[in-house]
Amino acid sequence: MDKPKILLTVTAVAALLFAGQGYTAGSSVELEPADIDPDNVASLQRGARNFMNYCSGCHSAEYVRYNTIGKHLELSEEQLIDNLMFNAEKTFETIQSAMPAADAARWYGTAPPDLSLMARSKGSDYIFNFLKSFYVDPTSPTGVDNTVLAGTSMPHVLWELQGFQKAIFSEHTEGEVTTEVFEGFETLVPGSMDAEDYDEFVRDTVNFLAFISEPIRSDRRVIGTWVMIYLLVFLVIAIMLKKQIWKDVK
Amino acid sequence: MARIEAEVGKPQGGFMKWIDDRFPFTKTMKQHATEYYASKNFNWWYIFGVLATVVLVIQLVTGIFLTMNYKPSAADAFASVEYIMRDVEWGWLIRYMHSTGASFFFVVVYLHMFRAMLYGSYKKPRELIWIIGMLIFFVLMAEGFAGYLLPWGQMSYWGAQVIISLFGAIPGIGDALVEFIRGDYSISDITLNRFFALHVIVLPLLLIGLVFVHIVALHHVGSNNPDGIEIKEHKGPDGIPLDGVPFHPHHTSKDLIGIIVFLMIFFGVVFFAPEMGGLFLEHANFEPANMTATPEHIAPVWYYTPYYAILRAVPSKLWGFVLFAIAVVLPLFLPWLDRCRVRSIRYRGWMYKTALTIFVISFIALGWLGLQPAEGIYVRAAQFFSVLYFLFFILMPYYTTIDKTKPVPDRVT
Repeated sequence: MDKPKILLTVTAVAALLFAGQGYTAGSSVELEPADIDPDNVASLQRGARNFMNYCSGCHSAEYVRYNTIGKHLELSEEQLIDNLMFNAEKTFETIQSAMPAADAARWYGTAPPDLSLMARSKGSDYIFNFLKSFYVDPTSPTGVDNTVLAGTSMPHVLWELQGFQKAIFSEHTEGEVTTEVFEGFETLVPGSMDAEDYDEFVRDTVNFLAFISEPIRSDRRVIGTWVMIYLLVFLVIAIMLKKQIWKDVK
Repeated sequence: MARIEAEVGKPQGGFMKWIDDRFPFTKTMKQHATEYYASKNFNWWYIFGVLATVVLVIQLVTGIFLTMNYKPSAADAFASVEYIMRDVEWGWLIRYMHSTGASFFFVVVYLHMFRAMLYGSYKKPRELIWIIGMLIFFVLMAEGFAGYLLPWGQMSYWGAQVIISLFGAIPGIGDALVEFIRGDYSISDITLNRFFALHVIVLPLLLIGLVFVHIVALHHVGSNNPDGIEIKEHKGPDGIPLDGVPFHPHHTSKDLIGIIVFLMIFFGVVFFAPEMGGLFLEHANFEPANMTATPEHIAPVWYYTPYYAILRAVPSKLWGFVLFAIAVVLPLFLPWLDRCRVRSIRYRGWMYKTALTIFVISFIALGWLGLQPAEGIYVRAAQFFSVLYFLFFILMPYYTTIDKTKPVPDRVT
């Protein structure tokens, strides 16, 4: 191949690869990776427990059925009913919050969002960091604010576990504009968990949120592998067929 | 007596003759498959036409199954898509194939068009094939746009809001036109319903019709090849082009390999990265449409972004829209802008090679810039590459005339 042709081919291939270049919704804070393991069923089960105990009081997951959770998390119907279904009768029901949305909107200023797809719209890393970044702010109605989502209406639901922390900001003045730059957290009141256990708790919860946002995720990877193997075998046969048909063409 | 009766009742020549007496089945198969001769030296650039057909079939079939469960109403659309993803048997696969297929449609169509630019496939006598192809591209853009509203997510809603409002820039009739398209004072249930009608009936019908005509025109003049020479000019004593091989079984068996490789990439995305990092399924579209909250960053899906970048590069709304429209339509005139005597890039001079390379780089750069926020350096860069994009077409009659070409061989190499 001569040079321009190589160049053209390269650019064309780049056009194809370009489609693969990821771009994610921007967030102003740097996010620590959540590092979840979608294939860890124990982690997902703990996450389900955390979700039902701490999240589902206010948040619904209206597209998620209990039996879908049971099927993928290896839980029997009895286990579902005894451990997860606090306000549902049948396992085919979806996760509804106990709090009426209209009242919630009045109490908090905005109704707690449905969590069925939160991990897909915001990303696992976002939720992981959000749940770790509440800090004491006496000017806020809930007593806390959050560095990931400033001005959030959500109270620090997990304070018993994490405790309370304060955020350290440093001020930078450039001309007449003063900006606050977040430096780090400092524990004010310790919770029942140490930092590592709390991280693990949040990670399990986020893992579960990622799971309910796309319950089929693990399955599709397994099926996909078999599809690839099938296509590979088919490809070999197709190449042999083509060689046979073209053998007389000079 | 008995013998005559038996002969009268028995069809002469069997079932195929019975059919052929009533419908030109065998004749058509010969004309378009077993005795349609295409050059033996096709390279892999020639796979994308077939692949576009494959994607069209994927979209039609998965689309039919999606409509069985989708509800085109502002109240139910978003939930019905999640219902398909979670509760319909294999619904997730059908939906991912359809959403991935939309992006791959544009991947293969862009590469198919690029092939035509490499080998001068739009040049005489194939101008009409190119024009019909461009019409297919326009319909495809409309089809993708209408389809993107249907999941009724945040990006569906706001993306449509931004694009439809562009028509408002047209002086005089702008506002009335926008209202006519939406059928309402803002994007609403009414808009969703009519976009559904366009997406599943009007535009697919047009698409199928145009694709049919595209292929009829192609088979009338015969396919071009990487050398850009007419294989019909050198026929053997049997009247068959010496450098041609029948479409079936030769090209079909070769295409099969290409189709399988394509399916491996396609299903690689479907099964392992259906969101494609937010490019094929945008993150904000996993939130239901909310007309009171704008997403922080609105960008159209990647396949429109080269043109979107051009639109935003112009400070004036009206002129941005005008240049956007011209950028989309300009390639239609390639057969007349290109004055070069040879078709294939193999025998063209350095000028066209350089111009085409710059064009490809500009197009990709514009595509990337269209995904970025419209501020600062991004806008400057988009202006720069927009100028290059237009120069490729505007200067074409000039540089293709003076470009030094190499001698074209008689037979394919």
